Amino acid sequence: MNGPHDMGGMQCYGPVIPEPNEPVFHHDWERKALALTVAMGATGSWNIDISRHARESLEPAQYLSSSYYQIWTAALEELLVRYDLITSGELEKGEVEAKGRAVKIVPDGEHMAIALRQRHPYERPANRAPLFEVGDRVRTLNLNPTGHTRLPRYARGKTGTVERVAGCHVFPDSNAHDKGEDAQWLYTIGFEASDLFEDKADHIVFVDCWEPYLERS
Amino acid sequence: MAKENDHDHEHSHLDEMDIRLRTLESLLVEKGYVNPDALDAIVETYEKKIGPRNGAAVVARAWSDDAYLDRLRKDATSAIAELGFSGRQGEHMRIVENTDEVHNLVVCTLCSCYPWPVLGLPPVWYKSAPYRSRAVSEPRAVLSEFGVNLPESTKIRVWDSTAELRYLVLPKRPKGTEGWSEERLASIVTRDSMIGTGLPVEPKDQTP
Repeated sequence: MNGPHDMGGMQCYGPVIPEPNEPVFHHDWERKALALTVAMGATGSWNIDISRHARESLEPAQYLSSSYYQIWTAALEELLVRYDLITSGELEKGEVEAKGRAVKIVPDGEHMAIALRQRHPYERPANRAPLFEVGDRVRTLNLNPTGHTRLPRYARGKTGTVERVAGCHVFPDSNAHDKGEDAQWLYTIGFEASDLFEDKADHIVFVDCWEPYLERS
Repeated sequence: MAKENDHDHEHSHLDEMDIRLRTLESLLVEKGYVNPDALDAIVETYEKKIGPRNGAAVVARAWSDDAYLDRLRKDATSAIAELGFSGRQGEHMRIVENTDEVHNLVVCTLCSCYPWPVLGLPPVWYKSAPYRSRAVSEPRAVLSEFGVNLPESTKIRVWDSTAELRYLVLPKRPKGTEGWSEERLASIVTRDSMIGTGLPVEPKDQTP
C-alpha cells in the first residue's frame, strides 16, 4: 500500500531532533500502549504483519500527526474490533457488554517474562532452491499492491546486487492478510544511492527483499 | 499565547490518551484476554532489564575476543544469545562492522524495526518521520545532525530493516583503549554508536 508510513526519501519533515538522556517512556500511558499491544500479540489472535498493516492503514492525517504509541493504540483498538474481541460500543462506553471470546493463550507474568526472551523465528524450511545468489544483479519489480508490502517505494523498479541470501522467510505480503505464511527466499540487496536518489549521492542502501519482489537484471 | 494554548492542548491530549489506555486495559483484563501480571512483566522487561547495555556487552566482547567476533560474523543471533540476550525483535540478528573505510547506519523506513534484545525499545527520533525519510537519502546530513562528521572518503552503508533481519552496528574500537577490560570497554559504547548515528566515547572524553 502506498501509504504515509512509506517515508524513505521524503524531504518535507525537517531535521532529526535527538533527545539527550531520553527516558524509555515519556508518559505512563505509553507503558500501557506497549504492554497491551505485546500482550494481545501473545494471545495469538493475529500476527506481526497484520499489526504492522493495521498501523500503516490509519488515515494519513492521523498517522502523520500521531506519536508512535498513539499509532499503536489506534491500531490495537481497530484490531480488537475487527477480530470480534471487543465491540466499538464497549470501547466508547468503557464497559464490558458481553463475556470475552476464547483466545489461544493468556500468559501469566512468569510465562510472559520467559516468552519475551524466546526466539520466534520467521525463517521456514525451503522447498526449493533460491533463484539468485550473492553477486547477482537483480531488478526490483514496480509493484504497487493495495495491500501490505515491505518493498519501499524508493526501491521499486531499481537495479541492485545480491549481497546476502538470508534464508526462506515468512512473506508479509501474504501473512498480513491472513492468507498464510507463504515463506519465500529473502535477500539483502545493495543499491547505489545514486540509482535511488540524486546523482551525487555516494552511499549504498541495503534493502531486505523477498524473491517475489525481484527479477534478474 | 500560542505557546500557552499548545501547552493546554498537549495536556488535554495526554489526559485523553491516559483515559483511553486505562479504559482499554480494564476492558481487556475484564474480558480475560490479558493478565495484569503479564503487563507488568512486559513493562519491567523493556524499562528495566533490556536496553543498550546488552548491545554494549556484545560490542565489548567482540573487541576483546577474536573467536567471539568470528562467531558474531557467522551467526550473530547465536553469538549474542551466548551472552544471554535473545527474544522478540532480535530473531535474526546481523552485525555490520565499521572500519576506517566504512560507516554503517541502521533505519526502518516503513515502521520502526529495531533490535530490542540488544538495544531495548527505540528512541522517539528513530521512529520519527525526519529520520525514517532521510537516513536512506541523505545519511551524511542526518549524521551531522547528531554531530557526526565523517571524512568524505568514508563510504556510508545504510541498512533499511524491511524484513525480520535486525542489524547491530559494531563500532570501531577507539585508539587508546588497549588493555581495557570488557566492562570498561562497554562503558564507552553508546546506544547511538550501535545504530550508527554516533561513535563510541573517546577515552579522553570519558568521565572517570
